[in-house]
Amino acid sequence: MTSTQNAVEMRGIVKRFPGVLANDNVDFELRAGEIHALLGENGAGKSTLMSVLAGLYKPEAGTILVGGVPVSFNSPRDAIKHGLGMIHQHFTLIPSHTVTENILLGLDDPRFIMRLPQYDKKIAELGERFGLKITPQAKVWQLTVGEQQRVEILKMLYRGVQVLIMDEPTAVLAPNEIEGLIKTLRAMAAEGKSIAFISHKLNEVMNASDRITVLRQGKVTAAGLRTADTTKAELAKLMVGRSVIFNLEKKPQTPGEVVLKLDSLRADNNKGLPALRGVSLEVRAGEIVGIAAIAGNGQSELAEVITGLRKATGGQVLVNGEDVTNRSARMTIQKGVSHVPEDRTHVGSAPNLSITDNVIMKRYRQSPLANGWTLNGVLARKTAETLKSEYTILAPSVDTAARMLSGGNLQRVILARELSSSPKLLVAMQPTRGLDVGAIEGVQKLLLAQREAGAAILLSSEELEEVFALSDRIVVMYEGEIAGEVTEHDPVAVGLMMTGAKKRQTA
Amino acid sequence: MAPATSTRNYQLPFTVRVERRLNVPGWLSPAVSLGAIVVALLLGAVVLALVGGNPWAAYAHIGKAAFGDIGVFSDTLVKATPLMLTGLACAVAFRMKLWNIGAEGQFFVGALCSSAVILSGLVPKDAPRVVAIPVMTVAGVIGGALWGFVPGFLKAKLKVNEIITTLMMNYIAIALVNFFVFAVWSEGGFQMSAMFQKAAWLPRLADYAKQYPIFRGLTTHAGLIIAAIAAVIVWYILYRSLWGYEIRLIGDNPRAAEYAGINITRNTVLVMMTSGALAGLGGMSEIAGVVHRLQTNISPGYGFTGIIIAWLAKLNPIVVIPVSVLFGGLILAGREIQPAGVPRLIQGIILFMLIASEVLLRYQIRIERVGK
Repeated sequence: MTSTQNAVEMRGIVKRFPGVLANDNVDFELRAGEIHALLGENGAGKSTLMSVLAGLYKPEAGTILVGGVPVSFNSPRDAIKHGLGMIHQHFTLIPSHTVTENILLGLDDPRFIMRLPQYDKKIAELGERFGLKITPQAKVWQLTVGEQQRVEILKMLYRGVQVLIMDEPTAVLAPNEIEGLIKTLRAMAAEGKSIAFISHKLNEVMNASDRITVLRQGKVTAAGLRTADTTKAELAKLMVGRSVIFNLEKKPQTPGEVVLKLDSLRADNNKGLPALRGVSLEVRAGEIVGIAAIAGNGQSELAEVITGLRKATGGQVLVNGEDVTNRSARMTIQKGVSHVPEDRTHVGSAPNLSITDNVIMKRYRQSPLANGWTLNGVLARKTAETLKSEYTILAPSVDTAARMLSGGNLQRVILARELSSSPKLLVAMQPTRGLDVGAIEGVQKLLLAQREAGAAILLSSEELEEVFALSDRIVVMYEGEIAGEVTEHDPVAVGLMMTGAKKRQTA
Repeated sequence: MAPATSTRNYQLPFTVRVERRLNVPGWLSPAVSLGAIVVALLLGAVVLALVGGNPWAAYAHIGKAAFGDIGVFSDTLVKATPLMLTGLACAVAFRMKLWNIGAEGQFFVGALCSSAVILSGLVPKDAPRVVAIPVMTVAGVIGGALWGFVPGFLKAKLKVNEIITTLMMNYIAIALVNFFVFAVWSEGGFQMSAMFQKAAWLPRLADYAKQYPIFRGLTTHAGLIIAAIAAVIVWYILYRSLWGYEIRLIGDNPRAAEYAGINITRNTVLVMMTSGALAGLGGMSEIAGVVHRLQTNISPGYGFTGIIIAWLAKLNPIVVIPVSVLFGGLILAGREIQPAGVPRLIQGIILFMLIASEVLLRYQIRIERVGK
């Protein structure tokens, strides 16, 4: 028997959605005690496959075997009964309830009288066993995203799952939290549990998994590769079906005039605490300045202050020598500042409006789009159509609502809007976050083209590799200050500065 | 070998799938709305039958009472006129996701202000119609806009929930009108002011009965034209102007609007004022076109019905016109077949069906046979 060592086997899974064949005859095997990564581009069918396994979707064809026995799930509850549990990207917790209450929710025990302290203890013990530090009495709204994820994992462990499925578990986590998560997963695997996790980040997959299955366009391109026997380059090729150039062509260029000058800039974050503590920085025309920082060290607030979306509490922002400190967002747009926002769905686009309405967002006030107080709808459409083909936005038409677009296509809409105005200064926040390998390459090329066109670019990215590949200079931010600047490729030095271990090595 | 069949132990001969729609065709939205009305009428019929009534007779009666001949149809249009303006008021505000449920109050204040310019003698008794009517119009618009400004300003500056403020200000407006009717302009202690001079009346079709005998006795007044023009202007603003684009953008995602450099504070105040102005215009039209005096019971809830109308019209200003005519007919028929309350029941069911039908725009339901 081949299936004895497999905790789960999926055979010939077919799942269709209107207009898409999400899973085309997919096989997947998960061994007991292994961490198995499911790798693929956005829309490759990873989430669909795992949702089928977790009982959320019913496949049109195919069989699922758990411990060698064929099963059929009508709901996630059925799947949990068989020991299979899935944690989604968006958590399903009740904010006003405690950790314990959330974990017990939906279970038959306790029946009527809660006796919570007893369960608090049980849950604390369970957490300890797998390295999940948590206060069972804490209310969920008080927890960080990383801690909430731990609650979700505990929920599954408490229900006794043998197979844990996680959809992009690291997308919401800070780098240090990712390490903790991997440790927990290892502890679970050591107890014989199996973990399947979805990712499109090559680094993580290489670090965390024992084996890898790669999906492309709903089909398996590599099944159960041993992580130790493969390389990032090979995986990237399997994901996108062609070799990806990881070395971008960056032409040598002498930077021109200073476009952006920040002078001891100060600002508060949303909680009213200081987020910027005197940031001074210059960005010249034709130069990319990369900001390397761990999330929450002031880079988001910095971008907002420069683009007029957040008030500075001190210091100055100069664009082409003109003081724009605490002027409106409209003013900075007029001064030729483009902004690729960190949050593309909640800030960068209007989800229910069409692609046309989304691409004219920054220029609808300018002639010829604006004609007196009226808007030239015909021209707006034409503009959108031109941009759609120029930036290869994949959508049925320019009337398609922005919410229908995939992450990569939505980012192209935003880039089309922000780059087509030939900006003098471009503030690009996390421009490739959440995109697949092919899309990342496209975005990076667009940024380099802007650099060649003479734009000053301030780039912030969580991917250190990206900052190194694109930037002419790198500044490291730590707790709202510039911790230092590097020009050569020295990840160790940058890493130390990012974590605050080393300050001010500018010589 | 594992068997290929599943281990399901019960099975229906078909499965029902609910799937997200990827594209919403243009015809779907009006078709679904129409369908919702049909279903609502059928449900209403079931209720009528259950309480022992004859639903078809009741509907036939409503139809005859509202649309049966030119005389009653004219009365239907009179009822529809204020509804168009309050419907437009709601549509404008709802576009920006400002939940103005104060059209009723704004309607009353519009009526109060346009009466005040006549009753206070600001417009002299012998002033011609071309003076009196425009002054009343401006007064009504300003009054309504002012009543919209207060909640708009509170919302923009202090983030006060506009649902509560607009609702509360309805009661203030009604009490204010009561005060003026009883204490200041009471005609011999009755709950109404003196009749306005003829120059302050909006012309009616009946006024032209001498030239066109067919208009004899028809009460449809020029307010209908005002409402229709307002609908066209509002449509043009919402769909063709820069401001309309800003309103749509703020309505869909305020953070994106802010990022695009749009001043949300200013627009919140302006849109609430515009909404109030339209409702105020409705009040003026009702005063100058129908009752010709200020009195307490000028509205059977036109401002609230405007909310339903705006939704039924999917916030499209032009569609507000026919929907208002439908509801005007229901109100008229309601008077006719009192005290049955049937038209009110139907209005309620229509609103519920309408809200329920929204799901059909986002999802499609497919029924499939099991097996191949």
